[in-house]
Amino acid sequence: MNDHDDHDHGNCDDALHELYTFLDGELTDDRRSQIRTHLDDCSPCLEVFDFEAELRIVIKHKCVEQVPDALRQRIFDSLGAAETSTSAGLRTDAVGSAE
Amino acid sequence: MSDQATFADQAMQYMSSLYAAALRMTRNPADAEDLVQETYLKAYRGFGGFQEGTNLKAWLYRILTNTYINTYRAKKRRFDETALDETEDLYLYRRLGGLEAARAGRSAEDELMDWFTDIEVKEAIESLPDQFRVAVLLADVEGFSYKEIAEILDIPIGTVMSRLHRGRKALQKALYEFADSRGLTERVAATPAANDSEPVTVGAPRSPDKRGDDAADSDVGAGD
Repeated sequence: MNDHDDHDHGNCDDALHELYTFLDGELTDDRRSQIRTHLDDCSPCLEVFDFEAELRIVIKHKCVEQVPDALRQRIFDSLGAAETSTSAGLRTDAVGSAE
Repeated sequence: MSDQATFADQAMQYMSSLYAAALRMTRNPADAEDLVQETYLKAYRGFGGFQEGTNLKAWLYRILTNTYINTYRAKKRRFDETALDETEDLYLYRRLGGLEAARAGRSAEDELMDWFTDIEVKEAIESLPDQFRVAVLLADVEGFSYKEIAEILDIPIGTVMSRLHRGRKALQKALYEFADSRGLTERVAATPAANDSEPVTVGAPRSPDKRGDDAADSDVGAGD
């Protein structure tokens, strides 16, 4: 039993063709809502979209890195050195409180 | 002219994502640290010319990517791109989708989260050739739009889409190999519902310059 048989194959083809553009948020609002409507009716397509969306969340989540303290310090130090060598005196206590 | 002194306030928040991207690019913590430091120094020096109101994060990534290409990129490793093109769409879903659907009681995301370790996901990304790896990182990990990626890499949007399409397939294939080596795939084979509904194919991006220009250059592409 294949749910796709109950639907217009063209809609499934079109939706899956635009799977990544949809997930990337690159579709027009119109096209986006057409696909959403299709997904409401078509569980096999919905399953694919969910799978891909969740896979992406997992990939993003697992690529998080902690910046080593030493690197953070090194960068601050090197910017400080660059500052004194290029524009000494520019920075005062008043600067840097943009918020 | 932007105030150079506000640079730290605005740019430092991106350090951990720049560092993560640098690690995936260089595959080496020492190089990644140097790359991030150099990126910040270049950005700092160029901050005066940075247009207020434009995308600071994208600008930093542009510097990171260019610096990587010009300085750190290892000699081109020969990568068989025909094998990449033969990889079918929805590679992982077709093989493991049933497993995810079959396990009731947990969210699919939790399930997927357990399939791969952090190290496996990182290795899978790092296994991609440069141009695909960078595009996938910028889109899937950093969430940049096609237009932003096109600007960061100095390539047409159609090329961005083509690299993403091929890079994501290759990434899924690499992930599958980890799953396969751990015996996950046997669990799927034992799941009756696994191959019930056969999804139709996902098309390649409908863009005029889909291939061709990518076949011609194997650079990540970017000016300075």
